Amino acid sequence: MGWIQGAADEDDAADSSVGRPNGEVMLIQDFLETSAERLPDKLALVCGGQRLTYAEIELQANRLANALVELGVKRGDRVVIYQNVSVETVVGIFAILKTGAVFVIVNRTTKREKLNHIIGNCGAVGLLTDGEAVAHVLAPTDGGEGDTLKFLVVSSERGSKTSRPSLRLLAYDAIQEAFPASRPTRVAIDLDLACLIYTSGSTGDPKGVMCDHSNVVFVTDSVIEYLQNNEDDVVLSVLPLSYSYGLYQLFMVFRFGGSLALESSFAYPASILQRMQEERVTGFPGVPTIFSVLLHIDLGGFDLSSLRYITNAAAALPPSHIQELRRKFPQATLYSMYGLTETKRTLYLPPEQLDSRPGSVGIAIPGTEVWLEDEQGFRLGPNQIGELVVRGRHVMRGYWGDPEATAARFRPGPMPGERVCYSGDLFRMDEEGYMYFVGRRDDIIKIGGEKVSPKEVENVLYGLAGVVEAAVVGVPDPILGQAIKAVVVVQNPEISKTRILAHCRAHLEDFMIPKYVEFRDQLPKTSSGKIIKREFA
Amino acid sequence: MELESQLQQYLAENILFSENGFEYSNDTSLVHDGLIDSTGVLELMLYVESTFGIKVDPLEVTPENFDSVNKLASYIRRKKGGLDSRSRR
Repeated sequence: MGWIQGAADEDDAADSSVGRPNGEVMLIQDFLETSAERLPDKLALVCGGQRLTYAEIELQANRLANALVELGVKRGDRVVIYQNVSVETVVGIFAILKTGAVFVIVNRTTKREKLNHIIGNCGAVGLLTDGEAVAHVLAPTDGGEGDTLKFLVVSSERGSKTSRPSLRLLAYDAIQEAFPASRPTRVAIDLDLACLIYTSGSTGDPKGVMCDHSNVVFVTDSVIEYLQNNEDDVVLSVLPLSYSYGLYQLFMVFRFGGSLALESSFAYPASILQRMQEERVTGFPGVPTIFSVLLHIDLGGFDLSSLRYITNAAAALPPSHIQELRRKFPQATLYSMYGLTETKRTLYLPPEQLDSRPGSVGIAIPGTEVWLEDEQGFRLGPNQIGELVVRGRHVMRGYWGDPEATAARFRPGPMPGERVCYSGDLFRMDEEGYMYFVGRRDDIIKIGGEKVSPKEVENVLYGLAGVVEAAVVGVPDPILGQAIKAVVVVQNPEISKTRILAHCRAHLEDFMIPKYVEFRDQLPKTSSGKIIKREFA
Repeated sequence: MELESQLQQYLAENILFSENGFEYSNDTSLVHDGLIDSTGVLELMLYVESTFGIKVDPLEVTPENFDSVNKLASYIRRKKGGLDSRSRR
């Protein structure tokens, strides 16, 4: 890729093969290991009040990796990370990769049933978490059939008692004192799985997208190429690491040797802006809800002159917001992008096209191609609406343990043995090949950029005794794009809106909780008994 | 009703959907302890504006002013008293 060649011209030490034995393929942990050798004292991470260099993160990751090996972690094993955005999470990702295992990040706001579902679904052997989670969130039952969990690594002492005595429990701090900082033996090749990223599916249960090292390395470099990142970039991210958009900020920065400031949320915008000023941030990835908040803030008191680029993904920005953002950040280049977890990033709009095509999310990312197909599988030309099909080395490996869903999404491509990804999203293409998002083929709801499966919410509603029927739809919302509306039939009038919402809060992440609840005597159905949702929206 | 109790009641009924009231201390961190997310902070801001008749500058939506019942109550008192409560460092 261009940026690597460019860097190598100036400094031979920047050759991307540093740190890897001859003939070795590139793995994700090479992002850290190469930067730790090339730029050991450079600031890599600002997070939770700590400032760490590449060398410091590399040593911590090696110590944790050696502990994981001692705990029995083997090539291909799955290890779940369930903790707040923290240094321990970043170290955990690289430590797991260094053992040849597969990391799975579950957002710390995920509720008990879903966390335990994911642990069971991927057959995790270990969990990196905090004491609070061990005491209150982890399923207390021990060692039943299919229980694969063998150990916990706990990053804070508070409440770190488990009612599962068969689990080995190690403290993160003790590991850092006791284990060697030498790099463990390299065991994986780039076709091995690196991570599972769980995403909402229309069936209701989250599905783990299998990403191998080569997928991640390829798409990381492709995105770096069009964003033209270099070592001087300082990226500030408020996006969760459990989403690919957030996770890749880490991968990209460690790949090009920049600095990353990680914040746990955008809840307090003024604090984020303050941090952007202090760290002289050059790159800020966001989603439409974040930008709509920023547009309401008077930025006059902040010096944000260092900002070189802004990226938007997860949902399209309204053209009026694009204009206002450009007025507000005149020195920054704005990138409109589109992606899905199954291919990470898919499309980006070259910034020079923003004026002439503000509603477009652009063209295929470097090194990949896309086209539109109709329902019969025929390729479509300009100005027709069809499903976006994606071809390239960023097409992930499928869904963990779900060959049926995998076969539906990842289908044979033009070359023998290859697979392309059917996105499930409908687009229109203009005469010059630029894509415009039209809608989804399934009924997934997008709340401020987060995907919500109506089925997942309906399943929770049916879990409340007395709810007879439930239907969940998306309705337009001025701030979040869409909001969730639940229409329910209940057996007795004691089931109030508050009771329903309390139940949802106990079982669903906040963004999945319905904003509106409507009670009906019955729901309209087709002759085959399927609920007709059209009229609720 | 005392300001703190009023805030507790709003949080319990509209954000936590609790039938047992606000079961936390008035110093509990709303965001860090997972009671609310960033959308919840936005809702809280709109509630403060509409209920107490004060204009909340988005730059005042900081942990120092918003992140617990006690902090929010003293922010509202300062605003109603007409003091400059902007806390930016």
